[in-house]
Amino acid sequence: MSTRSNKTRNGSKPAEADTAAMNATMQTSSVSEAQQSSHSYHPAFSGTATTTPSSHAPIKSRPIAATVVLFGGLIALVLGLFLSINFGAADISFKVVWQAIFQFNPELTDHQIIRELRLPRVFGGAMVGASFAVAGAIMQGMTRNPLADSGLLGINSGAGFMLAICFAFFPGLPFMSVILFSFVGAALGAGLVYGIGALAKGGLSPARLVLAGAALSALLSALAEGIALYFKIGQDIAFWYAGGVAGTRWDQLQVMFPWVAVALVMGIVLSRSVTMLSLGEDIARGLGQRTGLVKALCAIVVLILAGSAVAVVGAVGFVGLIIPHLTRKLVGVDYRWIIPCSAILGALLVIFADIAARMVNPPEETPIGALIALIGVPFFLYLARKERREL
Amino acid sequence: MQAITAESIEKKRRSRSILVMSILAVLIFTTFIISMNTGVIKLTPKDLIMTLFGQGTDRQELVLFQFRLPRIVISMLIGAGLALSGCIMQGITRNALADPGLLGINAGAGLVVMLYVSYFPTTANVPVFFLPMLAFVGAALTAFLIYVLAYKKHEGIMPTRLILTGVAVAAGISAAMIVLTLRLNPEKYQMVATWLAGSIWGTNWKFVMALLPWLLFLIPYVMTKAQTMNVLNLSDATARGLGAHVSREQLKLLAAGVALAASCVAVSGGIGFVGLIGPHLAKRLVGPKHQGLLPASALVGALLVLTADTIGRWAIQPSEIPTGIVTAVIGAPYFLYLMTRTRG
Repeated sequence: MSTRSNKTRNGSKPAEADTAAMNATMQTSSVSEAQQSSHSYHPAFSGTATTTPSSHAPIKSRPIAATVVLFGGLIALVLGLFLSINFGAADISFKVVWQAIFQFNPELTDHQIIRELRLPRVFGGAMVGASFAVAGAIMQGMTRNPLADSGLLGINSGAGFMLAICFAFFPGLPFMSVILFSFVGAALGAGLVYGIGALAKGGLSPARLVLAGAALSALLSALAEGIALYFKIGQDIAFWYAGGVAGTRWDQLQVMFPWVAVALVMGIVLSRSVTMLSLGEDIARGLGQRTGLVKALCAIVVLILAGSAVAVVGAVGFVGLIIPHLTRKLVGVDYRWIIPCSAILGALLVIFADIAARMVNPPEETPIGALIALIGVPFFLYLARKERREL
Repeated sequence: MQAITAESIEKKRRSRSILVMSILAVLIFTTFIISMNTGVIKLTPKDLIMTLFGQGTDRQELVLFQFRLPRIVISMLIGAGLALSGCIMQGITRNALADPGLLGINAGAGLVVMLYVSYFPTTANVPVFFLPMLAFVGAALTAFLIYVLAYKKHEGIMPTRLILTGVAVAAGISAAMIVLTLRLNPEKYQMVATWLAGSIWGTNWKFVMALLPWLLFLIPYVMTKAQTMNVLNLSDATARGLGAHVSREQLKLLAAGVALAASCVAVSGGIGFVGLIGPHLAKRLVGPKHQGLLPASALVGALLVLTADTIGRWAIQPSEIPTGIVTAVIGAPYFLYLMTRTRG
C-alpha cells in the first residue's frame, strides 16, 4: 500500500502503479520518481534488462491465474457465442436459435439466418481474434518488441494489398488461392518493414519500426486504393480496409480452419522456445536453442495466422497489441500460458467488438476495425510512453 | 586568386537560390500549362490560348475557368502551404521526419471539418469561408493533445515519440471518423470518403477565396521569421544565447504552421507527405538557411501537388485518382528512405 500511495503523490497513472504492484514484492516501498519514469513495462521484455534498475524483479509465471483465465475465458467465450448468435437485426427468440442449431429446418427463414449468417460470423470472429492475438504474442516474444502487432508492422496492409491485386487481376479465384495470396502479402509487408529495419544505421528501435510500418501501410493502402479505383472494385476493397466479420461464409471458414488450427498448435508447441527467445537471443542460444530455426518457424506461424485472418476480416489492427499485453499482466511471462490464453482472450475481444459493432448504429454495422482502433490507440499511446528504449 | 570569404559564400548561395527558384518557377509554369490541357474534355493548345483570351466556346470556357483553373490554383496553394508548414515543423522540432500529416494535425483539422459538413444541414451552401477557421480549431486542439501526450517530465519532447504519438492519434481520429460517418446518408458519406482520400474537392473559386487570405497573411509572416528560424534550428541553449526568446518564438511559429496546414486541409482533404518531401528537396537544392529554404519549400510543394493532381487526373481517365493517393505513393517510400538514413 505504501508503494501505491507514494505513486499517487507523484502524480503517476494508476496503471503504472498496477505494474509496480505486480513487482512490489521485490521493490522497496520508496520508489523514487526517477526510478519510476525509467520503469519499463516488464523487465523481461525491455531488452535492456541487465541495466534497468528493476532488473532483479522476478520473472514470474502464474499457472493458477492462467488456469483461471483459460477456463473462465472459455466459459465467457461460449456465452459470447450465444449472445452473438442471438443478437442481430432480425429479432429471433432464443428458442428458435436453439432449434436452428440443434434441430435445423431449412424451410424456416429464421433458421437460415442463424445457420448461414450468424453462425459463420461468430465462428469467424473467434478464429480471427485468436489468430491476431497469437500472432501478436509470438511477435512480441520473438522480437522482444513490446509494440509488435501485425497491424502496426505492416503485415496486415501487405496482405490487404495482395488481396487487392488478387481481386483486380484474378477475379473469382477460389478462396483457397485467395488465402495464399494473403500469405504472400503478409510476408511482403513483414519483409519490407524488417528489411528497412536492417538497412537503417544501427537498426531500428521498436518505436521507429512502428513508424516504418505506418509509412509502409500508407504506401500499400494507397497502392491498393489506386488499384481498386482503376479496376472499379472499390467496394470490395473498402470492406477489407474497414474490417468486418459480417460477410463471413462457411466456405471461407472451411478453408481457413485447417491453416489456423495447424498454426495455433504450432504456436503452442513453439511456446517454450518463444519464452526462451523472450529472455534474449544470447540466453536462448546459451540454453541450447537453435534460434535461427525457431525464429523461422515462428515467422511462418505469424504469417499464416495474420494472413488468413486478414483474408477473412480485413486489416484489423491492435488485437495483437492489446491482448498479449493484457494476458501477460494476468498470467505472467511464460509463453506456454500466454499463447493459449491470448488465443481465448483475442477471440473474446473480436466477438464482443462484433456485438458492439451491431449495437452502435442498428441496423447499420460499424466496422470492427474502427471500434477496436478506438480502444487500441489509447492503449498504444500508453505503451509508447512507457517504452524507454526508443530514440 | 580570390579569397574565400563568408561574403562570397553568401553571395554564391544567394545566386544559387535565385537560380533554383527560377527553375522551379519555370517547371511550375510548364506543369500549369500541361495541367490545363489534361482532363476528360480535350483542349488543344490552340483552344487553350483562344479560351484564355476570351475567344473560346462557352463549353471550353466553362471547363477551363470553372473547373480546371480553380483546381490548379488550389493545388498550388495547398502545396505551398503544406510544404511551408512542414518546413516550420521540421525546423522547430529539429526533426527531419516531421510533417503535418504524420503528426496527426491534418487528421484533427479534418475531423472538425467533417463533423461540421456532415452534421449541419446546409450541404448546398456550406459557409466556405468558415471552414479554414474550423479546421484551425481542430488542428490546434490536436496539436495540443499530441504535445501533451508526447511530453515527458525530465525528457521533454523526443522527436520519435512525437511522431509516434501523432501517428497513433491520427489513427484514432480516422477510426472515430469512420464510426461517425457511417451514420450519414449515402451522398454525404460519398463526400466524406472522397475527402478522406485527399482529393481536392473544393474546386471552385469560392474555396480559393476562402484559402487565399490565410495564405496571404501567413506566408509573408513566416518569411519574416526566417532569421529566427535559422537561430532556432541550433540548440535551444545556443538560440537563447543568441538572444532569441525560444519558447515564445517556437509557439508563434508552431501556431503559424498549424494554421497553414489546417487552412490547406480544409479544402484539400487528407494529403500527406507533402510537408515532408517539400522541405527536404528544397534543403538539398538551396541549403539549410531559411531565407532561401522557406520560399524554395513553398515552390517545391506547389510543384509537387500540382504534378500529383495532374497525374491523378491523367492516369486512369475518365475517372480520377485522389491526389492524396498519388502523394502517398511518392511520399511514403521517401519517408522510409529517410528513416534508414537518419538516426533517432
